[in-house]
Amino acid sequence: MEKRGLNKVDLIFEEIDLKEVLTAAYNMPQAEIIQKVLDSGLKGRGGAGFPTGLKWKYAAAEEDTDKYIVCNADEGEPGTFKDREILDRVAYKVYGGMVLAAKAVGARSGIVYLRGEYKFLLPQLLEELVKFHKLIGEIGYDFSISYRMGSGAYICGEESALFESIEGFRGEPRNKPPYPTKSGVFYRPTSINNVETLVTALMVIKHGPESYSQLGTKDSRGSKVFSISGDTPSPGIFELELGMTVQAFVNEFGDGDTKAVQVGGASGFCVPRKRFEDTIIGFEGVPTGGSMKLFNSSRSMYNVLHNYLDFFAEESCGQCTPCRVGCQQLLKGVQKVKKGEVKSIYLNELVKLADTMKVASKCGLGQSVGNAFKTIVENFREEIIY
Amino acid sequence: MYQLGNLVKELSEKHGKSRESLMPILQGVVDQHSYLSDEAMVEIANELDISAAEVYGTASFYTFLDTKERGRYVIRVCKTITCAMKGKNEILQTLEDMLKIKVGEMTVDRQFSLLESNCIGWCHKAPAMLINEIPYTELTPEKVVEIIKSYMQKK
Repeated sequence: MEKRGLNKVDLIFEEIDLKEVLTAAYNMPQAEIIQKVLDSGLKGRGGAGFPTGLKWKYAAAEEDTDKYIVCNADEGEPGTFKDREILDRVAYKVYGGMVLAAKAVGARSGIVYLRGEYKFLLPQLLEELVKFHKLIGEIGYDFSISYRMGSGAYICGEESALFESIEGFRGEPRNKPPYPTKSGVFYRPTSINNVETLVTALMVIKHGPESYSQLGTKDSRGSKVFSISGDTPSPGIFELELGMTVQAFVNEFGDGDTKAVQVGGASGFCVPRKRFEDTIIGFEGVPTGGSMKLFNSSRSMYNVLHNYLDFFAEESCGQCTPCRVGCQQLLKGVQKVKKGEVKSIYLNELVKLADTMKVASKCGLGQSVGNAFKTIVENFREEIIY
Repeated sequence: MYQLGNLVKELSEKHGKSRESLMPILQGVVDQHSYLSDEAMVEIANELDISAAEVYGTASFYTFLDTKERGRYVIRVCKTITCAMKGKNEILQTLEDMLKIKVGEMTVDRQFSLLESNCIGWCHKAPAMLINEIPYTELTPEKVVEIIKSYMQKK
């Protein structure tokens, strides 16, 4: 297994001459931009990890004059705050990534869907947008971006729920297929990309796919912005090369007493101390949209699990039964086990329920509740029971 | 505070009358009135020529689009894991003592509502809260008292 050490990188926040990069991109054929992004090995940075170049290729292949680029700035995963930092510090690079995607795909409209919790950023983002529109107008691009605000629904980070929300409906995910590249916002071909993905794609075009793909491992190319919180002396935003072990991460960010790291937020995986050494942070091990939470031995993993289940029970959109009822029952179930109202073996039934939710739920929310549930219950069973 | 009918008209002129204008209009009303009253939702439904049930259906899905009366300042204390670990309960207690209300309630003078919220994206500076759209981070009980006092003086 290919492993990397802990290596700090500065790509996302690096100041660049946007005009220079976008002028070069303006003169590149569509296919060349897509090929470069494909060659870089970049996978979506929101969490799901779909290859970005492929997404653009599919959207580009659609024959429709009305296509959209959507920037998913609805980061709501517990423990994730990197997109806020990116928008706060380098919004012009996010917009640059969007116009690059637009050129690759053949779109003229872009929408940024910003979570309601980040509304305080909107004035400065709009100010930056005015400058951006002027800049790309001078280069010759025919593209414009508008903003849509979320209103506090976690599920709207799911792409099709986000489209529903933009269109003025409840944020309930759609059936897939069709995928957004065929039928996205307003049922038009849409490339929807995470904030960080767009900036990374722009940097791939600036530095070339060869230099980018030297970072990381075969399955997890490049670097990634991590949101680090919990029991750590240095919480915050760090851009790190992918492919490090959880151990290397804990050596740098732990407080000397780390017993578990939750990788990927409430919908991610709990890695216990005994697995630090052999678990890689990346698509070959534990994938993450950036959320890294450290827990030391003073923390009850029951409280952690309870907090996550409470979160999911509230944030499930309620559309499909496995997720709506499943989240509630998992929460009630662990409460009953803790209180001793049922035998501890009942946890096995709950694990089966989590497995069922994984296959039967309509979208990523219900499908991923089992990740944290199972990894916490399996590794900290005694803390859940006693 | 705008009068409701004028506000809805103004918002529909700005955002349009199609279905996709619904969210911005709902958000615009909440910005001014802190919540969506039944009258507001009926007004919006008439303006966009859709059923009031459609308006309520959309509004009631979103946590920030309250259909229950809220105060002028809506306080949302983050309750997700990192904030919970870093002293959220103390923060809530301080707010409850100071405002003399419980979570979910509004002060008698309609100035403050106290709510809990899921992750608001400030885990590295926990505990955190929002007052309307403004984030406050690395909270301590003392800091909270100062912040609330400054809002009380805004009356």
